[in-house]
Amino acid sequence: MQVNENFEPVIVAFCCNWCSYAGADLSGTNRLNYPANVKIIRVPCSCRVNPMFILRAFQRGADGVIICGCHPGDCHYTSGNYFTRRRITLLYSMLDFLGIERSRTRLEWVSAAEGAKFAAVMEQFVSDVKKLGPNRRLEDLRCRKQ
Amino acid sequence: MQEAMIKRAAQLLADGTVNRVMGWKRGEFVYDTTPAVFTTADELEKEFVCDDFTQANLSKYLVKESRKEGKILAFLKPCDTYSFNQLVKEHRIIRENVYVIGIPGGPKLDIEKIKAKGITGILSVENENYTLKIETLYGTETMPFYEAVSGKCSSCKSRKHVAYDELIGEDGEVLEPNRFDMVEKLENMTSQERYDFWRGELSKCIRCNACRNVCPACTCENCVFDNPKSGIDQKAAADSFEENMFHIIRAFHVAGRCTDCGECSRVCPQNIPLHLLNRKFIKDINELYGEYQAGADTTSKAPLNDYRADDCEPSVVHERGVE
Repeated sequence: MQVNENFEPVIVAFCCNWCSYAGADLSGTNRLNYPANVKIIRVPCSCRVNPMFILRAFQRGADGVIICGCHPGDCHYTSGNYFTRRRITLLYSMLDFLGIERSRTRLEWVSAAEGAKFAAVMEQFVSDVKKLGPNRRLEDLRCRKQ
Repeated sequence: MQEAMIKRAAQLLADGTVNRVMGWKRGEFVYDTTPAVFTTADELEKEFVCDDFTQANLSKYLVKESRKEGKILAFLKPCDTYSFNQLVKEHRIIRENVYVIGIPGGPKLDIEKIKAKGITGILSVENENYTLKIETLYGTETMPFYEAVSGKCSSCKSRKHVAYDELIGEDGEVLEPNRFDMVEKLENMTSQERYDFWRGELSKCIRCNACRNVCPACTCENCVFDNPKSGIDQKAAADSFEENMFHIIRAFHVAGRCTDCGECSRVCPQNIPLHLLNRKFIKDINELYGEYQAGADTTSKAPLNDYRADDCEPSVVHERGVE
């Protein structure tokens, strides 16, 4: 595939309120740079992320979706992220099975103290999706920007 | 066997154990059979049928039927008893209100496979020593039994009843078919090939919702696909995205609860191999979280309602072979 140098992907990041959202905040207050492509959506827990959210994000123009939550064992609600882990593993595997590029989806555990990790993860993910180019396999043509 | 079933059902109706019987009745043609509820011995005698074409899984109907007054008798094949167990486990069927008679399963026949041989005007189909004798308007035809066996029976997972009050005929064994062959074949393709395969299949979807309506695991009273605010209710898919989404979400909602009964693919008017999506989830669950057969019992925890501290990370998906 030809790589378009000017392509700027849209990344949707679902961040858990208690860890990753605070982690993103920390990277901001620490004046760390991370790509502006990342659009953060705050969720109460990574377990709140319904498979439909992920598909809807792709439908409406996201080129990559990343879910960030507390490290396993650190969930504010004790066990939410354990359920997320099983659920999202199966969903990502299914998306891969249907031929959607697997690098468009990711899950990372980022705690409230890991501002630097948040910035690094986003930097990496954006550059991976950039290489893939625009999302064409799971987009809705009616939502494509001209 | 049909006679024995009618006789036993009539007995149970007469002695008041049950007040209704759930079985199958004949439709317009010999190969059309449809689930039906009978209330008298006369009706049973006249209309009840159980033959090589009675494939329909009756367990889903029991969700509503078991909430009515009195007990209902249901004839369940081995594969149906798995669905039945799963529904009992989810408190969808009230077990006390159902009297289950286990009957031997298949293999059942798929009329489309007979028609595909160019045989039309079918009047009757008989099985004589695994050769089908088919009477048609144009004379008698024969074909081997195993060439007409329905897709869901050709990869039968079990001939053992996991729930019953009594049995007619003998109980069988749990089988080990190679049911993941096709899933594996797809997994070994490149992502572009997989995408092309599924585009070819899913683009046939007309959103008739038959797969959802027949599925014994899909028993929500309010379905996500009936939500008028979702923009995807009651309509044909307008874009490839909607086709993908419907099937991903449908399969995901039954992940860990699907007993692999194969009804979805059987009823699909477009012959989309929907069971492959369910089997992909079953295969992943077996590989990542340990062997699990939904409906095998009524006590175990479903894999998606459960977790372990040392579960694998979703990155296992990214570390697999070919992209």
